[in-house]
Amino acid sequence: MLTKRIIACLDVDGSRVVKGTQFLNLRDAGDPAELAAAHSAAGADEIVLLDITATPEKRNPPLETVRRTAKELFIPFTVGGGVRTLRDAASIFDAGADKVTVNSRALADPSLISSIAQRFGSQAVIVAIDAKRNRSNLEVWISGGRVATGKDAVQWAQEAEERGAGEILLTSMDRDGTCEGFDCTLTKMVSDAVRIPVIASGGAGTTQHFVEVFREGAADAALAASIFHFNLRSIARLKQQLLSAGIPVRPPC
Amino acid sequence: MIAIVDYKAGNLASVKKALDYLGAETIVTDDPWQVRKADKVVLPGVGHFSATTALNNSGLRESIRTSIRRGVPFLGICVGMQWMLASSEEAPQIEGLALWPDLCSSFPAGVKSPHVGWNSLEVRDDASRLMRGVSAGSFVYFTHSFRVPRLKATIAECEYGGRFSAAIEQDNIFGVQFHPEKSGAVGLKILSNFCQC
Repeated sequence: MLTKRIIACLDVDGSRVVKGTQFLNLRDAGDPAELAAAHSAAGADEIVLLDITATPEKRNPPLETVRRTAKELFIPFTVGGGVRTLRDAASIFDAGADKVTVNSRALADPSLISSIAQRFGSQAVIVAIDAKRNRSNLEVWISGGRVATGKDAVQWAQEAEERGAGEILLTSMDRDGTCEGFDCTLTKMVSDAVRIPVIASGGAGTTQHFVEVFREGAADAALAASIFHFNLRSIARLKQQLLSAGIPVRPPC
Repeated sequence: MIAIVDYKAGNLASVKKALDYLGAETIVTDDPWQVRKADKVVLPGVGHFSATTALNNSGLRESIRTSIRRGVPFLGICVGMQWMLASSEEAPQIEGLALWPDLCSSFPAGVKSPHVGWNSLEVRDDASRLMRGVSAGSFVYFTHSFRVPRLKATIAECEYGGRFSAAIEQDNIFGVQFHPEKSGAVGLKILSNFCQC
Protein backbone atom coordinates (compact mmCIF):
# COMPACT_ATOMS: atom_id res chain seq x y z
CA MET A 1 0.00 0.00 0.00
CA LEU A 2 1.24 3.45 -0.88
CA THR A 3 2.01 5.26 2.34
CA LYS A 4 1.56 8.90 3.28
CA ARG A 5 4.91 10.66 3.31
CA ILE A 6 6.36 12.65 6.19
CA ILE A 7 8.82 15.15 4.79
CA ALA A 8 11.34 17.02 6.89
CA CYS A 9 12.03 20.48 5.55
CA LEU A 10 15.23 22.36 6.14
CA ASP A 11 14.82 26.08 5.48
CA VAL A 12 18.32 27.37 4.85
CA ASP A 13 19.84 30.77 4.53
CA GLY A 14 22.68 29.75 2.17
CA SER A 15 24.56 27.31 4.40
CA ARG A 16 22.69 27.23 7.75
CA VAL A 17 19.25 25.95 8.69
CA VAL A 18 16.99 28.72 9.95
CA LYS A 19 13.44 28.91 11.15
CA GLY A 20 11.00 31.81 11.33
CA THR A 21 7.32 32.43 11.91
CA GLN A 22 5.12 33.35 8.95
CA PHE A 23 8.32 33.66 6.90
CA LEU A 24 9.89 36.28 9.27
CA ASN A 25 12.20 36.47 12.33
CA LEU A 26 14.73 33.85 11.23
CA ARG A 27 16.77 32.03 13.87
CA ASP A 28 19.60 29.50 13.52
CA ALA A 29 18.62 25.82 13.78
CA GLY A 30 21.78 23.93 12.76
CA ASP A 31 23.83 22.31 9.99
CA PRO A 32 21.80 21.04 7.00
CA ALA A 33 23.89 17.91 6.30
CA GLU A 34 23.79 16.80 9.95
CA LEU A 35 20.09 17.49 10.29
CA ALA A 36 19.23 15.72 7.02
CA ALA A 37 21.14 12.59 8.09
CA ALA A 38 19.50 12.64 11.52
CA HIS A 39 16.00 13.05 10.05
CA SER A 40 16.62 10.20 7.61
CA ALA A 41 17.75 7.93 10.45
CA ALA A 42 14.69 8.93 12.48
CA GLY A 43 12.36 7.80 9.67
CA ALA A 44 11.74 10.87 7.50
CA ASP A 45 10.53 9.77 4.07
CA GLU A 46 12.13 12.67 2.22
CA ILE A 47 14.24 15.72 2.82
CA VAL A 48 13.45 19.10 1.32
CA LEU A 49 16.03 21.87 1.50
CA LEU A 50 14.67 25.33 0.71
CA ASP A 51 16.95 28.33 0.45
CA ILE A 52 14.39 30.87 1.60
CA THR A 53 16.59 33.91 1.07
CA ALA A 54 18.06 33.02 -2.36
CA THR A 55 15.35 34.76 -4.40
CA PRO A 56 15.02 37.97 -2.34
CA GLU A 57 18.81 38.23 -2.13
CA LYS A 58 19.17 37.30 -5.83
CA ARG A 59 21.67 34.54 -5.02
CA ASN A 60 22.36 31.36 -6.99
CA PRO A 61 21.26 28.01 -5.50
CA PRO A 62 23.52 26.91 -2.58
CA LEU A 63 25.30 24.12 -4.47
CA GLU A 64 27.98 23.40 -1.87
CA THR A 65 25.32 22.93 0.81
CA VAL A 66 23.38 20.66 -1.56
CA ARG A 67 26.47 18.58 -2.33
CA ARG A 68 27.37 18.16 1.32
CA THR A 69 23.82 17.27 2.30
CA ALA A 70 23.30 14.79 -0.57
CA LYS A 71 26.58 12.99 0.01
CA GLU A 72 25.39 10.22 2.32
CA LEU A 73 21.64 10.63 2.00
CA PHE A 74 19.81 7.69 0.42
CA ILE A 75 16.23 8.93 0.48
CA PRO A 76 14.64 11.42 -1.95
CA PHE A 77 16.18 14.85 -1.69
CA THR A 78 14.55 18.01 -3.03
CA VAL A 79 16.11 21.44 -3.31
CA GLY A 80 14.43 24.77 -3.92
CA GLY A 81 14.94 28.47 -3.66
CA GLY A 82 16.44 30.65 -6.35
CA VAL A 83 15.82 28.22 -9.24
CA ARG A 84 15.54 30.61 -12.17
CA THR A 85 16.72 28.65 -15.19
CA LEU A 86 17.07 25.14 -16.59
CA ARG A 87 20.78 25.54 -15.92
CA ASP A 88 20.13 26.25 -12.20
CA ALA A 89 18.07 23.05 -12.05
CA ALA A 90 20.75 21.04 -13.86
CA SER A 91 23.43 22.25 -11.45
CA ILE A 92 21.27 21.24 -8.47
CA PHE A 93 20.76 17.74 -9.92
CA ASP A 94 24.50 17.49 -10.58
CA ALA A 95 25.10 18.37 -6.94
CA GLY A 96 23.04 15.33 -5.93
CA ALA A 97 19.40 16.41 -5.60
CA ASP A 98 16.58 14.32 -7.07
CA LYS A 99 13.96 17.03 -7.46
CA VAL A 100 13.85 20.79 -7.56
CA THR A 101 11.07 23.09 -6.49
CA VAL A 102 10.30 26.14 -8.55
CA ASN A 103 8.23 29.01 -7.26
CA SER A 104 8.71 32.71 -8.00
CA ARG A 105 10.40 32.28 -11.36
CA ALA A 106 7.83 29.74 -12.58
CA LEU A 107 5.06 32.29 -12.06
CA ALA A 108 6.91 34.85 -14.13
CA ASP A 109 7.87 32.28 -16.76
CA PRO A 110 5.76 29.08 -16.56
CA SER A 111 7.74 27.51 -19.43
CA LEU A 112 10.47 26.89 -16.83
CA ILE A 113 8.30 24.03 -15.51
CA SER A 114 8.03 22.32 -18.90
CA SER A 115 11.66 22.82 -19.80
CA ILE A 116 12.85 21.11 -16.59
CA ALA A 117 10.21 18.37 -16.98
CA GLN A 118 11.24 17.65 -20.57
CA ARG A 119 14.92 17.42 -19.70
CA PHE A 120 14.76 15.66 -16.32
CA GLY A 121 11.25 14.21 -16.17
CA SER A 122 8.12 15.43 -14.38
CA GLN A 123 9.08 13.50 -11.25
CA ALA A 124 11.97 15.95 -10.86
CA VAL A 125 9.86 19.13 -10.83
CA ILE A 126 7.83 20.24 -7.83
CA VAL A 127 5.94 23.50 -8.12
CA ALA A 128 5.91 25.24 -4.74
CA ILE A 129 2.89 27.41 -4.10
CA ASP A 130 2.77 29.80 -1.15
CA ALA A 131 -0.91 30.61 -0.64
CA LYS A 132 -2.64 33.09 1.61
CA ARG A 133 -6.35 33.52 2.22
CA ASN A 134 -7.68 36.77 0.87
CA ARG A 135 -11.40 37.04 1.68
CA SER A 136 -12.88 34.09 -0.25
CA ASN A 137 -9.82 33.69 -2.51
CA LEU A 138 -6.60 31.78 -2.11
CA GLU A 139 -3.91 34.03 -3.43
CA VAL A 140 -0.42 32.98 -4.55
CA TRP A 141 2.49 34.90 -3.05
CA ILE A 142 6.08 34.81 -4.28
CA SER A 143 9.60 35.79 -3.35
CA GLY A 144 9.60 33.96 -0.02
CA GLY A 145 6.16 35.31 0.89
CA ARG A 146 7.02 38.94 0.24
CA VAL A 147 5.05 39.72 -2.92
CA ALA A 148 1.35 39.11 -3.71
CA THR A 149 0.55 38.04 -7.29
CA GLY A 150 -3.25 38.23 -7.50
CA LYS A 151 -3.20 34.69 -8.92
CA ASP A 152 -5.56 31.99 -7.64
CA ALA A 153 -3.77 29.05 -6.00
CA VAL A 154 -6.08 26.32 -7.36
CA GLN A 155 -5.85 27.60 -10.93
CA TRP A 156 -2.10 27.92 -10.66
CA ALA A 157 -1.80 24.33 -9.39
CA GLN A 158 -3.80 23.10 -12.39
CA GLU A 159 -1.69 25.10 -14.80
CA ALA A 160 1.48 23.75 -13.17
CA GLU A 161 0.22 20.19 -13.66
CA GLU A 162 -0.57 20.83 -17.32
CA ARG A 163 2.91 22.20 -17.84
CA GLY A 164 4.52 19.06 -16.46
CA ALA A 165 4.89 19.47 -12.69
CA GLY A 166 5.23 16.12 -10.90
CA GLU A 167 4.04 17.32 -7.49
CA ILE A 168 2.67 20.43 -5.78
CA LEU A 169 4.19 21.69 -2.54
CA LEU A 170 1.42 23.78 -1.05
CA THR A 171 2.29 26.08 1.85
CA SER A 172 -0.34 27.94 3.83
CA MET A 173 1.30 31.24 4.68
CA ASP A 174 -1.37 31.94 7.29
CA ARG A 175 -0.39 28.78 9.18
CA ASP A 176 3.37 28.68 8.51
CA GLY A 177 5.33 28.41 11.76
CA THR A 178 2.22 28.76 13.94
CA CYS A 179 1.95 25.07 14.98
CA GLU A 180 -1.86 25.55 14.83
CA GLY A 181 -2.49 22.85 12.24
CA PHE A 182 -2.41 22.56 8.46
CA ASP A 183 -4.99 24.42 6.38
CA CYS A 184 -7.02 21.33 5.44
CA THR A 185 -9.59 23.27 3.39
CA LEU A 186 -6.90 24.82 1.21
CA THR A 187 -5.11 21.48 0.85
CA LYS A 188 -8.25 19.61 -0.16
CA MET A 189 -9.23 22.24 -2.72
CA VAL A 190 -5.89 21.88 -4.46
CA SER A 191 -5.59 18.10 -4.02
CA ASP A 192 -9.05 17.53 -5.56
CA ALA A 193 -8.25 19.83 -8.47
CA VAL A 194 -5.13 18.01 -9.71
CA ARG A 195 -4.10 14.40 -10.41
CA ILE A 196 -0.53 14.82 -9.18
CA PRO A 197 0.41 14.39 -5.51
CA VAL A 198 0.06 17.35 -3.16
CA ILE A 199 2.43 17.97 -0.26
CA ALA A 200 0.81 20.01 2.52
CA SER A 201 2.95 22.47 4.42
CA GLY A 202 2.58 25.13 7.06
CA GLY A 203 1.18 24.79 10.55
CA ALA A 204 2.21 21.32 11.75
CA GLY A 205 2.24 21.16 15.53
CA THR A 206 0.73 17.89 16.74
CA THR A 207 0.14 14.33 15.52
CA GLN A 208 -3.56 15.15 15.20
CA HIS A 209 -2.72 17.88 12.67
CA PHE A 210 -1.09 15.27 10.43
CA VAL A 211 -4.06 12.90 10.82
CA GLU A 212 -6.39 15.75 9.79
CA VAL A 213 -4.42 16.83 6.75
CA PHE A 214 -4.24 13.25 5.43
CA ARG A 215 -7.94 12.51 6.14
CA GLU A 216 -9.70 15.85 5.62
CA GLY A 217 -7.09 17.61 3.50
CA ALA A 218 -6.56 14.65 1.12
CA ALA A 219 -2.82 15.36 1.25
CA ASP A 220 -0.43 12.77 -0.18
CA ALA A 221 2.44 13.99 1.95
CA ALA A 222 2.95 16.46 4.76
CA LEU A 223 5.97 18.61 5.30
CA ALA A 224 7.16 20.18 8.51
CA ALA A 225 10.26 21.89 9.73
CA SER A 226 10.11 23.49 13.15
CA ILE A 227 8.60 20.61 15.08
CA PHE A 228 11.42 18.33 13.95
CA HIS A 229 14.50 20.46 14.54
CA PHE A 230 14.57 20.57 18.28
CA ASN A 231 13.59 16.98 19.00
CA LEU A 232 14.86 14.53 16.42
CA ARG A 233 13.11 11.54 17.89
CA SER A 234 9.78 13.15 17.14
CA ILE A 235 9.53 11.76 13.56
CA ALA A 236 9.72 8.18 14.79
CA ARG A 237 7.18 8.93 17.50
CA LEU A 238 4.93 10.81 15.09
CA LYS A 239 4.93 7.82 12.71
CA GLN A 240 4.10 5.36 15.49
CA GLN A 241 1.18 7.54 16.52
CA LEU A 242 -0.03 7.91 12.91
CA LEU A 243 0.07 4.11 12.51
CA SER A 244 -2.00 3.76 15.70
CA ALA A 245 -4.49 6.27 14.26
CA GLY A 246 -4.83 4.12 11.12
CA ILE A 247 -2.84 6.37 8.76
CA PRO A 248 -0.60 4.26 6.49
CA VAL A 249 3.00 5.40 6.88
CA ARG A 250 6.33 3.66 6.38
CA PRO A 251 7.22 2.42 9.86
CA PRO A 252 10.28 4.03 11.42
CA CYS A 253 13.38 1.81 11.23
CA MET B 1 33.90 -2.28 -12.93
CA ILE B 2 30.21 -1.38 -13.11
CA ALA B 3 29.24 0.74 -16.12
CA ILE B 4 26.42 3.19 -15.39
CA VAL B 5 24.99 3.94 -18.81
CA ASP B 6 24.62 7.65 -19.48
CA TYR B 7 22.05 8.28 -22.20
CA LYS B 8 21.56 11.95 -21.33
CA ALA B 9 18.25 11.31 -19.64
CA GLY B 10 17.95 12.67 -16.17
CA ASN B 11 20.15 12.29 -13.24
CA LEU B 12 22.74 9.57 -12.70
CA ALA B 13 24.46 11.17 -9.72
CA SER B 14 22.44 9.38 -7.06
CA VAL B 15 22.88 5.91 -8.58
CA LYS B 16 26.63 6.44 -8.75
CA LYS B 17 26.71 7.85 -5.23
CA ALA B 18 24.94 4.80 -3.79
CA LEU B 19 27.15 2.28 -5.64
CA ASP B 20 30.28 4.20 -4.64
CA TYR B 21 29.08 4.21 -1.04
CA LEU B 22 28.84 0.40 -1.23
CA GLY B 23 32.48 0.28 -2.35
CA ALA B 24 31.79 -0.67 -5.97
CA GLU B 25 34.03 0.58 -8.75
CA THR B 26 31.86 2.54 -11.14
CA ILE B 27 32.15 4.49 -14.32
CA VAL B 28 29.45 6.72 -15.81
CA THR B 29 29.75 6.37 -19.57
CA ASP B 30 28.00 6.91 -22.88
CA ASP B 31 30.67 4.96 -24.74
CA PRO B 32 29.37 1.63 -26.14
CA TRP B 33 32.85 0.13 -25.94
CA GLN B 34 33.18 0.93 -22.20
CA VAL B 35 29.78 -0.64 -21.62
CA ARG B 36 30.83 -3.78 -23.49
CA LYS B 37 34.00 -4.04 -21.35
CA ALA B 38 32.25 -3.71 -17.98
CA ASP B 39 31.68 -6.66 -15.58
CA LYS B 40 28.24 -5.32 -14.71
CA VAL B 41 25.94 -2.81 -16.35
CA VAL B 42 23.39 -0.52 -14.71
CA LEU B 43 20.84 1.34 -16.81
CA PRO B 44 19.29 4.06 -14.67
CA GLY B 45 16.32 5.95 -15.88
CA VAL B 46 14.10 8.77 -14.86
CA GLY B 47 11.77 10.73 -17.02
CA HIS B 48 10.11 9.89 -20.29
CA PHE B 49 10.31 6.59 -22.19
CA SER B 50 11.20 8.56 -25.33
CA ALA B 51 14.58 9.36 -23.76
CA THR B 52 15.57 5.77 -24.54
CA THR B 53 15.79 6.79 -28.21
CA ALA B 54 19.35 7.82 -27.36
CA LEU B 55 20.16 4.17 -26.55
CA ASN B 56 18.80 3.02 -29.89
CA ASN B 57 20.72 5.64 -31.86
CA SER B 58 24.14 5.40 -30.25
CA GLY B 59 25.31 1.82 -30.34
CA LEU B 60 24.53 1.46 -26.63
CA ARG B 61 21.60 -0.80 -27.39
CA GLU B 62 23.83 -3.33 -29.15
CA SER B 63 26.46 -3.16 -26.40
CA ILE B 64 23.85 -3.85 -23.75
CA ARG B 65 22.37 -6.69 -25.78
CA THR B 66 25.81 -8.23 -26.29
CA SER B 67 26.68 -7.96 -22.59
CA ILE B 68 23.40 -9.54 -21.56
CA ARG B 69 23.96 -12.40 -24.01
CA ARG B 70 27.43 -12.95 -22.54
CA GLY B 71 25.89 -13.33 -19.08
CA VAL B 72 27.02 -9.99 -17.65
CA PRO B 73 24.74 -8.95 -14.75
CA PHE B 74 22.48 -6.15 -15.96
CA LEU B 75 20.22 -3.96 -13.81
CA GLY B 76 17.60 -1.62 -15.27
CA ILE B 77 16.13 0.95 -12.91
CA CYS B 78 12.69 2.58 -13.45
CA VAL B 79 12.56 3.57 -17.16
CA GLY B 80 15.69 1.42 -17.50
CA MET B 81 13.57 -1.59 -16.50
CA GLN B 82 10.65 -0.54 -18.70
CA TRP B 83 13.01 -0.37 -21.68
CA MET B 84 13.63 -4.12 -21.36
CA LEU B 85 10.06 -4.67 -22.59
CA ALA B 86 8.85 -4.29 -26.18
CA SER B 87 7.68 -0.71 -25.68
CA SER B 88 5.56 1.60 -23.55
CA GLU B 89 2.21 3.33 -24.00
CA GLU B 90 4.16 6.46 -23.11
CA ALA B 91 5.97 6.44 -26.47
CA PRO B 92 4.68 3.45 -28.48
CA GLN B 93 6.76 4.30 -31.56
CA ILE B 94 9.98 3.66 -29.62
CA GLU B 95 11.26 0.11 -29.43
CA GLY B 96 12.51 -1.29 -26.18
CA LEU B 97 14.97 -4.14 -25.95
CA ALA B 98 12.05 -6.59 -26.19
CA LEU B 99 13.47 -9.18 -23.78
CA TRP B 100 9.77 -9.63 -22.99
CA PRO B 101 7.04 -9.00 -25.59
CA ASP B 102 4.83 -7.04 -23.16
CA LEU B 103 4.05 -3.31 -23.05
CA CYS B 104 4.30 -0.81 -20.17
CA SER B 105 0.98 0.82 -19.38
CA SER B 106 -0.33 3.80 -17.43
CA PHE B 107 -2.27 3.76 -14.14
CA PRO B 108 -6.08 3.62 -14.18
CA ALA B 109 -8.02 6.88 -13.84
CA GLY B 110 -9.06 6.20 -10.23
CA VAL B 111 -5.63 6.80 -8.71
CA LYS B 112 -3.31 9.77 -8.67
CA SER B 113 -0.48 9.65 -11.15
CA PRO B 114 2.49 9.61 -10.98
CA HIS B 115 2.73 6.95 -8.27
CA VAL B 116 5.05 8.76 -5.90
CA GLY B 117 6.21 7.58 -2.52
CA TRP B 118 7.08 4.57 -0.39
CA ASN B 119 5.12 1.44 -1.19
CA SER B 120 5.55 -2.11 0.07
CA LEU B 121 7.08 -5.02 -1.81
CA GLU B 122 5.48 -8.41 -2.03
CA VAL B 123 8.45 -10.63 -2.67
CA ARG B 124 7.24 -13.52 -4.80
CA ASP B 125 10.41 -15.53 -5.34
CA ASP B 126 12.44 -16.60 -2.32
CA ALA B 127 15.25 -17.84 -4.58
CA SER B 128 15.83 -14.37 -6.04
CA ARG B 129 19.42 -13.20 -5.86
CA LEU B 130 18.44 -9.53 -6.05
CA MET B 131 15.98 -9.74 -3.15
CA ARG B 132 18.14 -11.89 -0.88
CA GLY B 133 17.62 -10.79 2.72
CA VAL B 134 14.82 -8.35 1.82
CA SER B 135 11.78 -9.23 3.87
CA ALA B 136 8.25 -9.21 2.48
CA GLY B 137 6.52 -5.92 3.18
CA SER B 138 9.72 -3.86 2.99
CA PHE B 139 9.11 -0.32 1.78
CA VAL B 140 10.88 1.20 -1.22
CA TYR B 141 10.56 4.51 -3.05
CA PHE B 142 8.69 4.73 -6.35
CA THR B 143 8.14 7.61 -8.74
CA HIS B 144 6.66 6.69 -12.13
CA SER B 145 3.63 7.13 -14.39
CA PHE B 146 3.95 3.88 -16.35
CA ARG B 147 4.49 0.34 -15.16
CA VAL B 148 5.57 -3.13 -16.17
CA PRO B 149 2.81 -5.78 -15.97
CA ARG B 150 3.29 -8.96 -13.98
CA LEU B 151 5.58 -11.34 -15.86
CA LYS B 152 6.90 -14.83 -15.29
CA ALA B 153 10.16 -13.16 -14.31
CA THR B 154 8.47 -11.00 -11.64
CA ILE B 155 10.16 -11.52 -8.28
CA ALA B 156 8.36 -8.75 -6.35
CA GLU B 157 5.01 -7.11 -6.91
CA CYS B 158 3.51 -3.83 -5.83
CA GLU B 159 -0.12 -2.74 -5.48
CA TYR B 160 -1.25 0.67 -6.73
CA GLY B 161 -4.31 0.87 -8.95
CA GLY B 162 -3.78 -2.87 -9.52
CA ARG B 163 -0.74 -5.08 -9.23
CA PHE B 164 2.39 -4.60 -11.27
CA SER B 165 6.01 -5.73 -11.35
CA ALA B 166 8.16 -4.00 -8.76
CA ALA B 167 11.16 -6.17 -9.63
CA ILE B 168 12.03 -8.77 -12.24
CA GLU B 169 14.87 -11.26 -12.48
CA GLN B 170 15.83 -13.86 -15.02
CA ASP B 171 19.32 -15.34 -14.95
CA ASN B 172 21.66 -12.33 -15.25
CA ILE B 173 18.88 -9.84 -16.07
CA PHE B 174 17.47 -7.70 -13.25
CA GLY B 175 15.02 -4.81 -13.22
CA VAL B 176 13.46 -2.65 -10.52
CA GLN B 177 10.65 -0.15 -10.98
CA PHE B 178 11.48 1.59 -7.70
CA HIS B 179 14.65 3.56 -6.95
CA PRO B 180 16.98 1.44 -4.79
CA GLU B 181 19.39 4.39 -4.59
CA LYS B 182 16.62 6.37 -2.85
CA SER B 183 15.13 3.59 -0.72
CA GLY B 184 17.26 3.85 2.40
CA ALA B 185 18.75 0.71 3.94
CA VAL B 186 16.46 -1.65 1.96
CA GLY B 187 17.57 -0.11 -1.33
CA LEU B 188 21.24 -0.29 -0.42
CA LYS B 189 20.77 -3.98 0.43
CA ILE B 190 19.29 -4.63 -3.03
CA LEU B 191 22.11 -2.75 -4.76
CA SER B 192 24.63 -4.62 -2.69
CA ASN B 193 23.00 -7.91 -3.73
CA PHE B 194 23.38 -6.84 -7.36
CA CYS B 195 27.04 -5.98 -6.80
CA GLN B 196 27.57 -9.56 -5.55
CA CYS B 197 25.86 -11.22 -8.52
